[in-house]
This record gives sequence, C-alpha cells and structure tokens, in this order.
Amino acid sequence: MRRYFARKLLVYALTFVAAVTVNWMIPRFMPGDPVAAMVARARVSQPEAAEAMRSYYNDLFGFDEPLWQQYLHFWGALLQGDFGISIFVFPTPVGDVLLDALPYTLGLMIPSVLLSWFAGNWIGALSARRKVLDNTVLPAGYLLTAMPYMWIAVILAWAFGANAGWFPISGGYSLDITPGWSAAFALDALHHWVLPFLSLFLVALGGWAIGMRNMIIYELESDYSSYLSALGAPQRLIRRYAFRNAVLPQVTGLALQLGVLVAGALVTEIVFAYPGLGSLILASIQNQDFFLLQGAFLFIVIGVLIANFLIDIVYVVVDPRTRTGMAGGTS
Amino acid sequence: MTLTVNDLRVHYRTLRGEVRALDGVGFDLADGEILGLAGESGCGKTTLGKSLIRLDGRMRHAGGTVTLDGEELPLSDDRAMNAYRFHRISLVPQYSMSALNPTRRIGRMIRELLASRGVSVDTGELHRRLALVGLEPGVLERYPIELSGGMKQRTVMVISTLLDPSVLIADEVTSALDVSNQQAVVGALRGLRDKGLVTSMIFVTHDLGLTSHIADSIMVMYAGKLAEKAPTKVLTTEPRHPYTRMLIGSLPQVGARYKDKPLSGIEGSPPSLLNPPAGCRFRDRCPLADSRCAEEPPVVEVAPRHSVACWKAA
Amino acid sequence: MSTLPDPAPETAAAPAAPSAPAAKPGSEWLHYAVRNPKLIIGAALVVILLALGIAGPMLLDNDNPNEYVGPQAAAPDGTYWMGTTTFGQDVYAQFVHGLRSTFLVGVVGGAIAAVIAMVVGFLAGYRGGLVDEVLNMLTNIVLVLPALAVLLIINAYMGVRSVAVQGLFIGLTSWPWAARAIRAQTFSLRTREFVDLARLSGSGTWRIVFREIAPNMSSYLFMMFILLFGGSILIASSLDFIGLGPTEGVSLGLMLQSAQQWSALQLGMWWWFIPPGAGITAIVGALYVANVGLDEVFNPKLRES
Repeated sequence: MRRYFARKLLVYALTFVAAVTVNWMIPRFMPGDPVAAMVARARVSQPEAAEAMRSYYNDLFGFDEPLWQQYLHFWGALLQGDFGISIFVFPTPVGDVLLDALPYTLGLMIPSVLLSWFAGNWIGALSARRKVLDNTVLPAGYLLTAMPYMWIAVILAWAFGANAGWFPISGGYSLDITPGWSAAFALDALHHWVLPFLSLFLVALGGWAIGMRNMIIYELESDYSSYLSALGAPQRLIRRYAFRNAVLPQVTGLALQLGVLVAGALVTEIVFAYPGLGSLILASIQNQDFFLLQGAFLFIVIGVLIANFLIDIVYVVVDPRTRTGMAGGTS
Repeated sequence: MTLTVNDLRVHYRTLRGEVRALDGVGFDLADGEILGLAGESGCGKTTLGKSLIRLDGRMRHAGGTVTLDGEELPLSDDRAMNAYRFHRISLVPQYSMSALNPTRRIGRMIRELLASRGVSVDTGELHRRLALVGLEPGVLERYPIELSGGMKQRTVMVISTLLDPSVLIADEVTSALDVSNQQAVVGALRGLRDKGLVTSMIFVTHDLGLTSHIADSIMVMYAGKLAEKAPTKVLTTEPRHPYTRMLIGSLPQVGARYKDKPLSGIEGSPPSLLNPPAGCRFRDRCPLADSRCAEEPPVVEVAPRHSVACWKAA
Repeated sequence: MSTLPDPAPETAAAPAAPSAPAAKPGSEWLHYAVRNPKLIIGAALVVILLALGIAGPMLLDNDNPNEYVGPQAAAPDGTYWMGTTTFGQDVYAQFVHGLRSTFLVGVVGGAIAAVIAMVVGFLAGYRGGLVDEVLNMLTNIVLVLPALAVLLIINAYMGVRSVAVQGLFIGLTSWPWAARAIRAQTFSLRTREFVDLARLSGSGTWRIVFREIAPNMSSYLFMMFILLFGGSILIASSLDFIGLGPTEGVSLGLMLQSAQQWSALQLGMWWWFIPPGAGITAIVGALYVANVGLDEVFNPKLRES
C-alpha cells in the first residue's frame, strides 16, 4: 500500500511541475515582445499601473537572465504564494482575489459532485433491477449527460428564474445584503445557490446513473454471481455483492471525471454570474488579465490534485484488495 | 438409486429458433456412483450438468423428468429448486477460478452464504474439509486474488460440498489445470465420495482418459443424445458404439510413435441441433452406417448396466 | 459518463463498462446493425444534423452568418425560422454554420485523440516493461491535468484561433482514458496464440499491432472514436462559451456565448439560446445512444437480451 500511495504522489508532483511549467512556458514562447504586447492588450489606463506591470513582467521573465534562471525565479515566487498582481483589480494580489472566489466555487462543486454521485449510483442500481424504471432512467440519463452544462444552466435559469421567478438568476447573493455570518445572508445565498447547484447536479446525475446501471448488470452476470445462484443464494445477497463490487469503478470514475466536473462548474458560474472562479476566469479573459488567469489555472490544478488524492484514499478504504498489495488502485 | 433421469429434454432459445441441446436422455445414478459424462463440445453434457441444478435465462425444460432420492425435481421452477440447491444437489462449476467474490475474504463469504441459506457449519468441520483437499485454515482469511488457480479450485470444491449433497456435479473442473493439479483434484473428488460427504457424482468432461481414473461408469453423449453407457472398464476395453470406439481409438498413447501408429481423429462434425436430422445422429460420420440407420436406434441394454444406442451394437 | 463497454469512456467510470470485442465477419454485423433501433435512430439523427450542417449553409442566400440582416431580436417567423439576435443576425444561418464547425472540431479532436491513444495504448500494452512504465506515467499526468484549464491557458494566449487548431489542442488533452482502455485490451490480446505466431515469424512491433492486434479490436476502437468525437464537441463548446472559441466564423458554443453576453436570457430571447444547446445535445446524445447500439451489434452476448 505504501507503494500505491508513493506512485500516486509521484504522479501528482510531476503533474504539478508540468502545470507550472506550462504556465511559465506559454507566454514566453509567444512570438514578438510578450511584455509589450501584454501591457498593450491589457488596456490599462493608468500609467502607474502600466509601469508596474511592465517592471513586474520584466522581473518575472527576467529576460536578461538565462532561461533556467527565469524558470527557477518563477518557482521561487510561486512557492512563496506570490501568484502575481491582478491587472483587472489592480493592485490586489491574485492570490487574494482567488481566495475570495474559492468558497463559492467549492460551495457549488462539493455538494453537487457528492450528491450526484451518491444519488446517481443509487438510481442506477435500482434501475438495474426493475425493467420499468430502467426504461425511463436510461433515456433520461443519456439525455442529461449529453447536455452541455451551460445549456442546462440557461434552461433552468430561464424556466425557474426569468419566467417563474422562483429563483434569482444572477450573483451569489442579493445586492442589498452584506455578506457575513447572518441568517439573512445565509438564506439569501442559499436562494442564489439552488439553480446553479441543480444544473450541475442533474447533468452529472445522468452519467453516474448510467454507469452504475451498467456496472451492476455486469456484476450480476459475473461468475461469482452465477455460482452463488447455483448454490441457491437469495437475490438479496447477490445484489449486495454486486453493488459493493460495482461501486469500485465508480470511485475510480469520479477521479477521472474531475476535469469535466470542474469545467461544468466554471461555465455554470458564468451563466449565473456566480462569484466563483468561473466568473473570475471570464473576467480575466475579457480583460486580458493573464496573471489572474494563470493563478486560477494553478488553483484549479491544485484543487484537482487534492481531490484526486482524497479519492485515492477512499478507494483504498473501499477496495480491500489494495491493502493486500496485490491489486486494485485507481491507476 | 440416487438420481433417475427420464427422457430429459432441454432446449435453448436463440434468435434462430430452438436448439435441442438435450434431446431425450435417460440414465440412472446409483448411490455412491461416480458417473463420467463424456463427449465432444456441443454434445449436451454441459447442458445436462447445468439443467440438473439451474437453468439459465435461455434454457427451457422441454420434457422429461429428473428424480432425486425419490422426489421429482421441479426443474423449471427456479424458486422451488432453491430448496434442493446446495443442500441436495450441488455444483463445482467450470469457472471455479472466478467463482469467488473478489472483494470478500473467503471465510466471510462462506459465512454469509451459509447464513443466507439459513444453515451454519461448525468451524472445526470447515477446517477439516479444507484439510481434506490439502488447504490450510489460513485460506479463509485471504482474498481470492491471493490464491493460486488450483487453490481456488479446491476451495470451491469444499464450499460446494459443505452441506453433504446427494449429487455433486463437477463441470469440466480439470480443463484449466495442468496434469499434476488435475490428479490432485480428481483424487480430492474421489476422496469426497469415499468419505460419504458426497453420495454420488457426475463428472462432466471431454477428457476421456482422465475420466477413466475416477469414474465408476462412463456415459458418452453425442448430439444431445446418449450414445453409450457402461462401467468404466467395459467401456474402455469393449466399447460397442462406433462413436465410443473411435473416441477411444483417437486417444494418444504414451510410447506410441506417430510413424507406427498415427493419431486418428473422427472426420466431420456433429449435426446442428437447431434442426437435427432424422435417424441416428452419428450416421454421417459413422463407418458402419447403412440404410437401417435412417431410423433412430433406441437405447438398448445389451448387458447388465451397459446401454448402447446403435443398431450395430444390439 | 457514457459508458464504453469496459474501460471508462471519456465520461463515466463506465468508460469502464467491460465487454470483450468479438471477432465476427462483417456481414453478420451488418445484419444485426440494421435491426438495432438504438443504432439506427442514433446514426440517423447524427446524419440528419450532419447533412443540415453541410447543405444548410449552401442553401442560404448569405455567406456570412454573422452579418446583420434582419430586424433585431425578432422571434421566429416565416422568414427567420429561428428568429434573429440582438444585432439582427439570422439565428438559423448561424445554427447551420455552427453545426459545421461543431462537427469539424469533433472530427479533428476525436481523430487526433484517437491516434495518440492508439499509439500510446498499443505501445504500452504490447511492449510492457519500461516502455509501459514511462507511458503510464505520461498518461497519468495528462489524465490528472484538468483539460479545460489547460486549454484555457493555451487558447488565451493565442491571438487568432481557428476551429482546426482548437480541435488539435483538444485532441492533445483528451486521449488518456482511451489510451488506458486500449492498453488493457492489448494486454489481453498480446498473450493470444496468433500474436505469438506472428512474433515467431519475425514481425516487428508495429506490424504485429496493425495486422494482428488492432483488427481484433476494430469494433472497440470505432466505439472509442465515437466517444472521443462526442467528448471533443462538449469540450469545444465549453471553451467557446468562456470566450476562447474560434476568432472567425461561428459555432454552436459561440452562439451560446453571444446569447449569454447579450442577456438573451433576461430578454426572453429563447430562440437564441435554445437551438444551439439543443443541437449539441442532439448530436452528442445521438452518438452515445448509437454507441450503445453498436456495442450490442458487436457483442453477441448483449444481443439476446
């Protein structure tokens, strides 16, 4: 088991290095004078801001230094938590801007990912047993999972927000309430949270339900199921075993889907102007704020790596074979 | 008589019609007898083995009866058959290597299985049974993936016979094993019968040579019907049915060189069971066939406990 | 999260849906193929939309779907079947042009991802050993990296973006799950006798892969391509929506982005945001359903049920 985790951590470390390197490389290898181009494209009006940017960039890129030194500089700054200064909300450091937005994104993603996974697995398992349920769940599942996240968000916003007026369709909270630890704010935030949560939940739900249904059917047709049936074991026992075994690839699947789920959250936030990382990314693109964009990228990568690691731990707990060191694992 | 099978017919539903995999087979299995069930692929031996314990989704009980210890088995009623499964009739499947739940320790799986069937087995007894097949009690704490193929095979044998069934069906249990493992398994099975843990056994196989080491009688099937059934010694030395003769003749002999005695096979292949031909089904491949064979030969007892379905043998 | 028999598809754990590829003659496949409703309906829908995407633009009077041609923000009527945008652009014209670029990015992204997945998967599965270890590490890294995030960074710096280049980068980031699946299948095929025979007769790695292993997996590879195709379309539409789509022309994702940007939702201009999303859902959904049908055609065990 130590080997298992060691391998995983190695992959995550290498991935982080790769991500940081990509982050560093891309602007460096664009044709022309990247600094001037960036400063020009940023359309910053204040001359001090432009000058700060120019010197910051030059420091950052250190064009008079050899390449490898520039690279190390970049790492150095990063490890000190310096993600740069946001152009869009100059002079706030990027790290702070991102940390402000993070709770909203996490508040959207964590419940929707977990709830859709559990609910989807449960529905999928049920529909593997009842033909009638199966005939509705399958098409519904395929429909949901084929929908682009932002489209279902728009549809929900239009149906329940703009038309029915039951939910707000913009922002994380109303403009007339100050964010804080009050019941009024909590309720208001919840009100704004429902539709974005729902759209993330529904799309993911479809996928998990279909996956689980197929896995259960596969397990029910396996050799050990046949053997137990031949020995007269009740369906109850066979189903229990099948479910336990079918959950394992679903855990692995969750790790595989993280990228897609994050993408879904980003676009959903954009639809609802929800103040999370998604809206920040949109703003950074529209304002050519590359520091913010790069910072958001790294935040997302770190978050995905942490989530992957947590899932690895869960997998070891759920699949007893990994503890014998002979099989299993998410890779 | 432990088991009496009378004109059993089991068909498979397929997209192209019904395959008459088992088309009227009858035989007796005496107390304490090990019956070897041999034949080439598609002859119906596996269907027979399966239908005695559990019909799968596509199989249909099309006729005939099976009587176990005097009671008729409700083959088509899956629910009713449950009372007999594991208790009275049990199976060591062809897929024993993968018959154990991969994510459960073996001991736990056995306990849960027994609990679900409303029985319990004393731990000491379980250990004793494991020792009988050469496994140590530590096996119960392991996961299937930690065991070798042979060990898994033997574990499944222990589990299947835990409740001392009257009839044990061993379905091609040696096919995936090497020779020394085969001997071990065959020896273990014989031991189970000798100790009375299993009353009678049906040993399904396509390996005629191996069967002669374990079986008291051998029944050769062809194209869904019985070709010949006789005590092992008689069948291997004085076979009466042309098919049996050719089968035995095609067995490789240790020491014989190809130059002196080339291996002979049986040309052709069995008829399709979707629409079986009238008359003797072996007709097209039989060197002795004549016009009489256009009519299906009945099974005739040509000597005590020796039955043959062939006009030439009677 | 749609399922590939066995190993995980771009979406679900299911890409993990297991099912062994069956080697059957082509004519038998065809017989079952035309009798499989999922395959027929799914394929038909895709073909209809493809035809619309190819022929639609040619039947229009105007070449440029982004030109302002009609009344602003008009609901669908006889002349403008899908109404117009805030700027008076013909939504229907944008839709059919959008279908084109959507299909194009799907093909390019899917094909490139498929090729990379095959190279990596076959090599790792067949060679094993150190090659496998290294490729595995590479696969895992690209797998863990969130694709959209990487694409955001890359595309943000490009001044001019085209559909083909977008497809290229999507292909470069979405191959890992497929490579793993191919590797697993290659492992099991590698030990078969006909491969041993080929090896004994002196054939090289790639010869064996292309002549012995790949043909036995052809159905599986095809289904994988379909999933990569669908996945590519979804990723591209997200990229477009965030504002990093092609700088010229129009795509279904770009239409959604415009609609979002110009408050179509608040203004109740449903004809602007419903069709593009519906188009994507229809294509991807039809592909997934057709894929399930294909699995039934190729895998005899699934047929009888």
